[in-house]
Amino acid sequence: MTDVAIIGIGIHPFGRTEGVSGQDQGIYAAREALKDAGVDWSDLEFAYGGSAAAGAADSMVSKMGLTGLQFINVANGCATGGSALQSAYMAIKSGAFDIGIAVGFDKHERGAFRVDSPDWYGKTGLALTTQFFGMKIQKYMSDYGISDDTLIKVAEKAFRNGSLNPKAWRKQPLSYDEIKNSPMLSHPLRKYQFCSPAEGGAAIIMCKASMAKKYTSTPLYLKAAVVRTRRYGSFEVFTKGQAIDQAESPTVDASKAAYEMAGVGPEDIDVAQLQDTEAGAEIMHMSENGLCKDGDQEEMIQTGATEITGNLPVNTDGGCIANGEPIGASGLRQVHEICIQLRGEGEKRQAPGDLRTGYSHVYGAPGLSAVTIIQR
Amino acid sequence: MTKNSGVSIDKTLFDWPSDSPHLKGSKCSDCEAVTFPTQDGCPRCCGTNMEKIPLNTKGTLWSWTVQGFLPKSPPYAGPETLENFKPYGVGYIELDGQVRVESRLTESDPEKLEIGMPMELVFHKFIEDEEGNDVIAFAFAPIDGE
Repeated sequence: MTDVAIIGIGIHPFGRTEGVSGQDQGIYAAREALKDAGVDWSDLEFAYGGSAAAGAADSMVSKMGLTGLQFINVANGCATGGSALQSAYMAIKSGAFDIGIAVGFDKHERGAFRVDSPDWYGKTGLALTTQFFGMKIQKYMSDYGISDDTLIKVAEKAFRNGSLNPKAWRKQPLSYDEIKNSPMLSHPLRKYQFCSPAEGGAAIIMCKASMAKKYTSTPLYLKAAVVRTRRYGSFEVFTKGQAIDQAESPTVDASKAAYEMAGVGPEDIDVAQLQDTEAGAEIMHMSENGLCKDGDQEEMIQTGATEITGNLPVNTDGGCIANGEPIGASGLRQVHEICIQLRGEGEKRQAPGDLRTGYSHVYGAPGLSAVTIIQR
Repeated sequence: MTKNSGVSIDKTLFDWPSDSPHLKGSKCSDCEAVTFPTQDGCPRCCGTNMEKIPLNTKGTLWSWTVQGFLPKSPPYAGPETLENFKPYGVGYIELDGQVRVESRLTESDPEKLEIGMPMELVFHKFIEDEEGNDVIAFAFAPIDGE
């Protein structure tokens, strides 16, 4: 089977852009990616696209150009972007297509995600994603000795990194005390430790590896793209009755499969993007992705290991906390940032050293994860 | 409130009124996996031989949080307003040998909630329906003195 190269990346600034539709933010990102790759929309053979709240992604063809390409809409919760990327990866890997795009965009209303749960579960005030994240980290802190102080430091890092990223939503660093004194939304998690639904667009253009040098002298290679859903016994969002049997999370499954596919191990990862729906998620996803043992995060974060200048920079662009979460685009933003870092184009937020291998992970409701491994 | 007034918020969860109120679950006849609420397919062995069982009314707190803001409505149907909203506890209660049930808690003070503490099932009036009936919902409460 052929290898897959990433030859173009594009992003529309995340956050709130009044007067610009979600779709237009996706179109902006797609055109940026085309420009970056040096190809035309008419060169693309296929597209996988996703949007949760801003209309069907494929309707963008009316503005991009009606070329007749295969365009498939993807909907996989917060992992929509990662799922679009995985679909594009398979399309090329299989040999069916030579060149195509994964694109995502969104535009959400303000406040926490409104969950479509008209039954007793939503009526009685249980169907909130924020509660799940609060309960998962509450249990994890109790089991593995993660401190409240460390949770605050993760959010502090997110805003600090966001302040170095011109495309981020939150560009103001927040102090430790501002985070600590923000309202408690879902104990132990405060307002400034959560990401918010937002707006944005992102696009990635891929082709078969043997063609890549035609477009760029510095292609990146997508070595693995994996999606896994929850198994019986893993603790997931919107679980009314949780099995007493414990199973690994879909992140663990996707991560292991991705390392195997790429032929690398956690020790090879130079820079990572991990789903940080809130500060606790980043901590738990470090171990679920094999990047440390359960409980090691406490010392790693306290000693700065996950800072841009640390041994394992995590969420160098500010992550979901500083960028917000437009569902269709979020997973592709993560991949975009890994590409930026591997190309050495991170400017103020560039991680130092000879970065060769990057890792991205996105988690979505009701319990699925998408992982990619990218190499220079 | 007497046990003879009100209606269940969802009869698939529990009957009301009842002489022995309890939550309903299902158990796989093949692999013994227990679910809440009831369902007709087994999430563990993929079989379809699920039987309805009563769930235990006591258990221990597996994890918890406190809902600190008024949930969006819809879907939330509670009676509070932005002005009078008070945070409420939410947790998973492990029912020994069965399943962990997600539930509202009667306790909302983080200082009084602790993983592993014993809890028991209680029922309370949640709202009134259009006909003026009390709509009864379930919650779990710390067991006093334990």
